[in-house]
Amino acid sequence: MTGPATVGQTRLSWNLPGDLHQLVAYHFMVNAFEVGTVTAVVAGAIGWFMVLRRQSFAGHTLAVVAFPGAAGAIWLGLNAAVGYFGFAAGAALVFAALPRSPSGKGFSEESAVIGTVQAMALAAGFLFVSLYRGFLDSLTGLLFGSFLGVTDGQVLLVALVGLASLAALGLMARPLFFATVDEDVARARGVPVRLLSTVFLLVLGLAAAEVSQVTGSLLVFALLVMPAAAAQQVTARPGWSFTLTVLLSLVVTWLGLAAAYFSIYPVGFFVTTFGFATYLLAVGSRGLLARRGRQVRGPLVVAG
Amino acid sequence: MTHSRQPDPVVAFAGAAVRLGNRTIWSDVDLEVPAGEFVAVLGPNGVGKSTLIKAALGVVSLSAGQVRVLGEPPGGASRRIGYLPQRRSFEPGLRVRGLDVVRLGLDGDRWGIPLPLLARRSARGREKETRLAEVLDLVDASRYAGRPIGELSGGEQQRLLIAQALVRRPELLLLDEPLDSLDLPNQGAVAALISRICREEDVTVLLVAHDVNPILPYLDRVVYVAQGGVLAGPPAEVITSQTLSRLYDTPIEVLETSEGRLVVVGQPDAAATHAGHHHR
Repeated sequence: MTGPATVGQTRLSWNLPGDLHQLVAYHFMVNAFEVGTVTAVVAGAIGWFMVLRRQSFAGHTLAVVAFPGAAGAIWLGLNAAVGYFGFAAGAALVFAALPRSPSGKGFSEESAVIGTVQAMALAAGFLFVSLYRGFLDSLTGLLFGSFLGVTDGQVLLVALVGLASLAALGLMARPLFFATVDEDVARARGVPVRLLSTVFLLVLGLAAAEVSQVTGSLLVFALLVMPAAAAQQVTARPGWSFTLTVLLSLVVTWLGLAAAYFSIYPVGFFVTTFGFATYLLAVGSRGLLARRGRQVRGPLVVAG
Repeated sequence: MTHSRQPDPVVAFAGAAVRLGNRTIWSDVDLEVPAGEFVAVLGPNGVGKSTLIKAALGVVSLSAGQVRVLGEPPGGASRRIGYLPQRRSFEPGLRVRGLDVVRLGLDGDRWGIPLPLLARRSARGREKETRLAEVLDLVDASRYAGRPIGELSGGEQQRLLIAQALVRRPELLLLDEPLDSLDLPNQGAVAALISRICREEDVTVLLVAHDVNPILPYLDRVVYVAQGGVLAGPPAEVITSQTLSRLYDTPIEVLETSEGRLVVVGQPDAAATHAGHHHR
């Protein structure tokens, strides 16, 4: 057992209870797990819809826009989380106001606009970090993730925003699914397609800002895309793939935080690597299942 | 088809006009669709056939005149209408089952989270499952409804979408080019299916098409949209060489086969008219 005298010395003992005890021995690590858990659930749930809606590019851009928000907040001496949420939510509302092509789906028409915004956001964030001249590693932390120094206030803010996002998503889950899969019919049935799209972008912005605080702005896809993409490969049943997405997201986050704690390498790398491994496994297993399914089902289809 | 009594028409346009931007799509449209009939809206591409459907749905508003659908202003009776928009097929990568797309027709506009496991235990939930199975059976799609919709063929997708439009037992079906992008055998099969639904389920059908031949044997009435107005009547009156040539402004012949079927020849096909309207 490590005592208080050996603070900072963390070594994987391969003794599960002992290692788990080490993981929560420090308050900053408890905070990191709390933020990570909330973030994983929010990112999984919202990422599932984002992948289905083909809005990954918008999601990534919202996270990148959060970066100058956070850097600017630190420079001004504010809580970084305030900057993350404020900038991402603002950008989401701007995207929602962009005129959409009549055929409607996605951001193919506006991709140049969104790309332009993304580059400018990165440049502005870089400027703020330079102005601050603070910790040398704050730039890497903002871009690629860091779990050190999560304050109690930040935990509370992340939890509140996360709960609000999930509540909004829960309220609109079914009509949003309808509008995503079958926009024209949904509109004819009186589903407020445009309003749902705006609220979803806002919730997506908040989710991207949350994930940014764990994986960094550049690696948000690790939690927003990878679990959802993997789960949707495994099953086409919406309920199951949604549940699986949230579970994968949680496992990937917890493992990533633990691995980063016991090693000298950054958390963003681990979360992303575990997410990527999950995705490869999902694609591989789908390929195997499809091949077996063809062998089993082949004659039946001919007979039917 | 003659009706002894005259019930209110299911769709009624009176002096209707639509302007999109500063272009008048059509004007002075008077049109009545009687209950229980299978009616086709025909005409070259780009004349506003889909706009006619969208005006009935209330998605596009009229610039003049009025339209009533099932006795209500457009949009008021949306729960009693089944709508199949002009399609776009689903992306091959869309990992959602055909069954789920059909289910959205049943309850997709309700707020909240779908909880299928809980719903199946309630009487209403079981009723819904029964209706789903019934409607999938009706369009002969039960065999593949459990597969991801993106992986299905155009004909299979179209049957599932017709099931989605039908699942809430609508009184009116609005179908926008349901035979588009289907191969010939599937065009015939889906046309026969729609006609069967119209008769057996007692649903009024208003269908948009640019090729009349696959549906001609089943129609009660045709509506031709051309040159900013419409012309409606029974097929035998409207589908004549003279009328069609005038409407399309190009020579068209209507021939009668030995079995008494009408066939329209020389009708500008989709590709040709599409090119002709490209300058817009």
